[in-house]
Amino acid sequence: MSMFEMKGSFIENLPKIYGLYTGGFILFILLMSVLEYFGLKADTIGILFVGFTIAIYAVIGWLSRTMQVDAYYVAGRQVPAVFNGMATAADWMSGASFVAMAGGIYAGGHAYLAFVVGWTGGYVLVAVLMAPYLRKFGCYTVPDFIGTRYGGNLARLLAVIVLVVASFTYVTAQINATGTIAARTLHVPFAVGVWFGLTGILLCSMLGGMRAVTWTQVAQYIVLIIAYLVPVIWMSNKQGFGVIPQLVYGDAVARIAELEVMHRVGELLPAEKVPYMSALTIKHAVASETALKAWQFVTLVACMMLGTASLPHVLMRYFTTPTVRDARASVAWSLFFIFLLYFTAPALATFTKLQVLDPNLTTSIIGKSVAQVQAIEWVRQWHSVDFVRIIDFNKDGILQVNEFFMRPDIVVLATPEIAGLPYVISGLVAAGGMAAAMSTADGLLLAIANALSHDLYYKMIDPKAETSRRLIVARVLLLAIGIAGAAAASFRLTGILGAVAWAFCFASSGLFFPLVLGIWWKRANRAGAIAGMAVGFSAGSWYLYMVHFAGMTPWLGIDHLRFGIIGMTASLIAMVVVTLLTPPPDAETQAMVDEIRIPKGRTYLEQSH
Amino acid sequence: MSISTADRDNYWRRTRSLMIFHLVIWFIFSFVVHWFASALNQVSVFDFPLGFYMAAQGSLIVFVVQLFAFVWQQDRIDRECGMAED
Repeated sequence: MSMFEMKGSFIENLPKIYGLYTGGFILFILLMSVLEYFGLKADTIGILFVGFTIAIYAVIGWLSRTMQVDAYYVAGRQVPAVFNGMATAADWMSGASFVAMAGGIYAGGHAYLAFVVGWTGGYVLVAVLMAPYLRKFGCYTVPDFIGTRYGGNLARLLAVIVLVVASFTYVTAQINATGTIAARTLHVPFAVGVWFGLTGILLCSMLGGMRAVTWTQVAQYIVLIIAYLVPVIWMSNKQGFGVIPQLVYGDAVARIAELEVMHRVGELLPAEKVPYMSALTIKHAVASETALKAWQFVTLVACMMLGTASLPHVLMRYFTTPTVRDARASVAWSLFFIFLLYFTAPALATFTKLQVLDPNLTTSIIGKSVAQVQAIEWVRQWHSVDFVRIIDFNKDGILQVNEFFMRPDIVVLATPEIAGLPYVISGLVAAGGMAAAMSTADGLLLAIANALSHDLYYKMIDPKAETSRRLIVARVLLLAIGIAGAAAASFRLTGILGAVAWAFCFASSGLFFPLVLGIWWKRANRAGAIAGMAVGFSAGSWYLYMVHFAGMTPWLGIDHLRFGIIGMTASLIAMVVVTLLTPPPDAETQAMVDEIRIPKGRTYLEQSH
Repeated sequence: MSISTADRDNYWRRTRSLMIFHLVIWFIFSFVVHWFASALNQVSVFDFPLGFYMAAQGSLIVFVVQLFAFVWQQDRIDRECGMAED
């Protein structure tokens, strides 16, 4: 890849290349602000932001094209720990993290912080239990590990099925998010936006596989983190909380608690429900005292964490580092880069809420006259697309807290307008949301296509296939799955956050214990793993169906977002019982486990060839 | 491979202890702390209610710091046991 003529290899020049890129992006933002000052229209700014960033990703994707298997599947195993950390962070933080999470906290308060805790702490499991050992094993895909560790096509096939179901559920949510953003910024219908988003996603991954996805994800991380931090820091500055708002927004939380009493949040309830929208009825920082709510908090945390450690598109990122040591370090860096966004999300939710509630701020709307609020530009804009609604239940002409409805999903996208920031910030946020959703969609599509091309086609159907044929099959599958994903996304079956939570539950139900025990329990054998995957995945899916579609009352408050608890429990029991009832694995398999447990030496798969 | 079983066992024993140590910390800050969120909210740190703070920030900081510590500790075990990569 010869991006620019530079001394030294591409890898050595990474800091310089991405430094230039970041500088260029900041210049672009400044240029847009200047153009806005000279009267460039808001719509044009949005189109330029989204168009410019996607064009850059496409160029990186084109420059990273490859016909080598190692480069296509694992980026040649030469991605440095810090850069892999950034790529993983972009891979990880999806439309749900970027667009929906802060909105969830805005509407749901403390209970929603379970996502913040769950989507970070899972990396402890990844680092301690999984990533270094899978790296030492040296596989291309997660089912590759399951298939080799336990042996036999059935185990491999089950792993592929779980991977496909979990990742496909996830990817439709991401394509949905790209479609939503594209539709809003480019002013095209949602269905067109979806296909536009898919084209962008495929441009990044089709030609260069993992190598292309890696280098575009690093670029996407830089865009998304700038886009997330700038509005929060800006708002915090405006409200007098300084430039590191994350550390000092305690006062804002306290102020909200006062305002909640004043506006009677939780006392005034909406007289009717509005589908998909919510009025503020839950206090911001108050944690429920009931044991059921505490239980629901920790079970959601558990599902998200164990799901993190089972999701193939995340685990496979750690196959790309040069060494086992780098794989471990890379997990720590990943979490650091993710942390930068996640510890900002509650701050964003807090500042935005303050903007809306605090009568001392010019941006406030609660307590003002309905006519006055209806004339505000952002209320008008979002009202016209039915994301915001005002119903004056008591007909007093004043907007009370229970009379203002909003889709939580729009909080991040609308925040710059709510806070009265320049349009350039809205354009930046749209580009950031696009980067978040595209990078995750790319990782997921690649995980699915690689599992199908490597595990199903190459390992099970045609083991003699030539390299070029394998890589063409991989690309055709990528295209086909992308199209299927976009088609599914255009039906909008579920919301973004719900679909994402399901993906975590599917993955953890089927894969967590077979993966962990494959490394940490030498005795674990094929029959046990097959039982663990089949029983866990079926039990989880059955429970989801019963609770969400068949109207069964959830057991112990374990609702459809938490069905992984049922699946994982079933998986663990089935795997341990069946393993103990059947003979231990042969000496060769036990030696393999010994080998992957130590960093020293070449990868297991290289040794065995 | 020329690595003795005793060396492997020693390495794995130390690695496993480190794993358990980190999972205990992980368990406390993932579950135990948040189980008592309502009680912790009575206390305030940096003007935040503590239960809210732990979920919004505190646990996350612990996870990040603990992972960098883990990398450092596991590296040391690798080197001391002669299991590090070349």
